[in-house]
Amino acid sequence: MDVLGNYKSVISARSTDKDITKKSQDGGIITTLFAYALEEGIIDGAIVAGPSEEPWKPEPVVVTTKAELLAAAGTRYTISPNLNLIKEATRSYGLDRVGIVGTPCQMQAVRKAQLYPIGMRDVDDKIALALGIFCMENLSYQALEAIVEDHCNQKMESVKKMDIGKGKFTVYTERGAVSQMPLKLIHKYVQPGCNVCLDYVANLADISSGSVGSPDGWSTVFVRSMKGNAVWEGAMAADLFETKAMDQVKPGLDLVTKLATEKITKNQKNVDARKTFGLKADGTAKGLRNPYETP
Amino acid sequence: MPGRTPESRPEATPAASQPQTKPAVKPSDVIVKEKVEVVQKEEKPVADKITIGELHLSGCTGCLVTLADNYEGLFKLLDDYADLVYALTLVDVRHVPEMDVCLVEGSCCLDDKLSVEELKEAREKSKVLVAYGACAAYGNITRFCRGGQWNQPGHEAFVPISEVVDVDLYIPSCPPCPQQVRNVAVMAYLLLKGNDEQKNLATAYLTPLMQLAQRGNEACGCDLMYDVINQGLCMGCGTCAGTCPVRAITMEYGKPNVNRDLCIKCGACYSQCPRSWFNFDVMNNYEGIMDAIKGAME
Ligand SMILES: Cc1cc2nc3c(=O)[nH]c(=O)nc-3n(C[C@H](O)[C@H](O)[C@H](O)COP(=O)(O)OP(=O)(O)OC[C@H]3O[C@@H](n4cnc5c(N)ncnc54)[C@H](O)[C@@H]3O)c2cc1C
Ligand code: SF4
Ligand code: SF4
Ligand code: SF4
Repeated sequence: MDVLGNYKSVISARSTDKDITKKSQDGGIITTLFAYALEEGIIDGAIVAGPSEEPWKPEPVVVTTKAELLAAAGTRYTISPNLNLIKEATRSYGLDRVGIVGTPCQMQAVRKAQLYPIGMRDVDDKIALALGIFCMENLSYQALEAIVEDHCNQKMESVKKMDIGKGKFTVYTERGAVSQMPLKLIHKYVQPGCNVCLDYVANLADISSGSVGSPDGWSTVFVRSMKGNAVWEGAMAADLFETKAMDQVKPGLDLVTKLATEKITKNQKNVDARKTFGLKADGTAKGLRNPYETP
Repeated sequence: MPGRTPESRPEATPAASQPQTKPAVKPSDVIVKEKVEVVQKEEKPVADKITIGELHLSGCTGCLVTLADNYEGLFKLLDDYADLVYALTLVDVRHVPEMDVCLVEGSCCLDDKLSVEELKEAREKSKVLVAYGACAAYGNITRFCRGGQWNQPGHEAFVPISEVVDVDLYIPSCPPCPQQVRNVAVMAYLLLKGNDEQKNLATAYLTPLMQLAQRGNEACGCDLMYDVINQGLCMGCGTCAGTCPVRAITMEYGKPNVNRDLCIKCGACYSQCPRSWFNFDVMNNYEGIMDAIKGAME
């Protein structure tokens, strides 16, 4: 399978809504699409990474308004277990059409919940819009704290934005300070589960998006499923995005392909290495569990 | 009083007075005949149906109700894909018949001779034996039984059915989900009656559920620790916590925390976790497969 997954089109885009781009991480694709889908009744609500009591620690929430979407915009580089609410959204919240945003692994979880709804009663046909965000790796909250407070020497609560790009982890504070650390040093903090992850650009989302491949403030957007295509075309018709062809922007799709290939090749090696991780008494290899083969 | 009933409701008697295996199948035979005509008019190929039964052991009937919770989907299944040949209250057949797929609900009480016999008979007479629901697969809540309960205080030893018979496929969770048993039924139909392509799809789809049956009959929220987190595989998606029917799992700083006193050992969290198993060959095709299942149910 192609490292970029199946898609109908790939475009560079930016939201035309300034309220959104002020708060969004990149081109505001996710927030704009959910706001549009809410307005059009395509979804009744969306599961996003909302704020919590601790600074930069996301808490999954079900939102039904644009104001709530804006409060949850932007990337938190730590785990937001959005799937925790997927059944709840259809139950306590009574939503018939659920939107959900998540990392590639969370999109995998969504599709497994739909195809094998083992403990996911009445969920499969209620996922109306699954939006994926690109993801190279993720961090525990404590790891993020170590990076921001120990390495970048900034207080979590004083940080305005965090960003990954051009080989660096960058922290912007409310008072205008900018601290950086090389991405290479982050590796030891990455949660182990990310080292066996075989998806970079959320291949199983309806629409997936990330900054890589597009200029600053713009996003690369893959329109993947039939559902995704219908929503994207509707949003385009409503002039919610300005767009550029992927071959007209720098650094372009080649960089996306390159990073996706690097991630998947590295992690496939990790998966394979698990097979010969240990040692049996007879001198042959003893393996760890491989989720891509058997339960 | 007792003498009056048969007179006032003469239609009620045939089931009792005729041989036991046949009459109950009759209503569905009628449905088949009607259906065949319709299908021929539409010039679609007439495919045979498969036969499905539900053997009820020590379960609460929630699994059986789950099957019915497919509502019109259940009628569609029974119209086009499967004859229900055995099931408590739904089908008036007293003895375990031959069947393609036997869904077994409930754990097996070793102190109840009839349960053990029927389970073995079901194994003998079915092509595919499914542990349908958490009690059959993992013991579930019946794991906590120590006997002394009314009205069978002597019934004390309850085991997942795989302690007594070989099991082909697991459908975990308490209760299982209507959409999961529907998908298995459709896939079993494709496996037994479909063309080569459909057989391949059905095999790929059913494989992990068959592998679950091989994995063992002990389940607990602890599996998330043993087989996901301890193995360095958890990525914090929250599926397990969202799945648990008794809310025994909370997400603490991005990882599941299991309240082990609440866990009823249903196996839903682990089997739903995308890091227990993830079969790309099926998942990458999710759109087509979901459309196909939806199409089959229309
Ligand atoms: C851990 C992580 C790693 C990433 N790595 C890359 C990368 O390598 N390359 C790349 O191009 N892009 C990466 N991204 C995606 C990127 O940072 C932006 O999230 C994406 O471009 C969407 O921006 P936007 O302006 O369209 O979305 P916005 O309109 O800002 O909306 C973002 C949405 O994502 C949700 N969200 C925020 N944090 C999380 C989270 N931790 N988990 C789940 N949902 C969340 C928010 O609630 C919001 O709804 C990563 C994101 C995360 C969370
Ligand atoms: S790297 Fe993979 S496993 Fe880790 S958070 Fe990102 S998508 Fe999930
Ligand atoms: S933790 Fe919940 S889902 Fe997991 S086995 Fe226990 S009861 Fe079932
Ligand atoms: S479902 Fe699996 S991967 Fe997701 S949080 Fe639970 S244990 Fe971790």
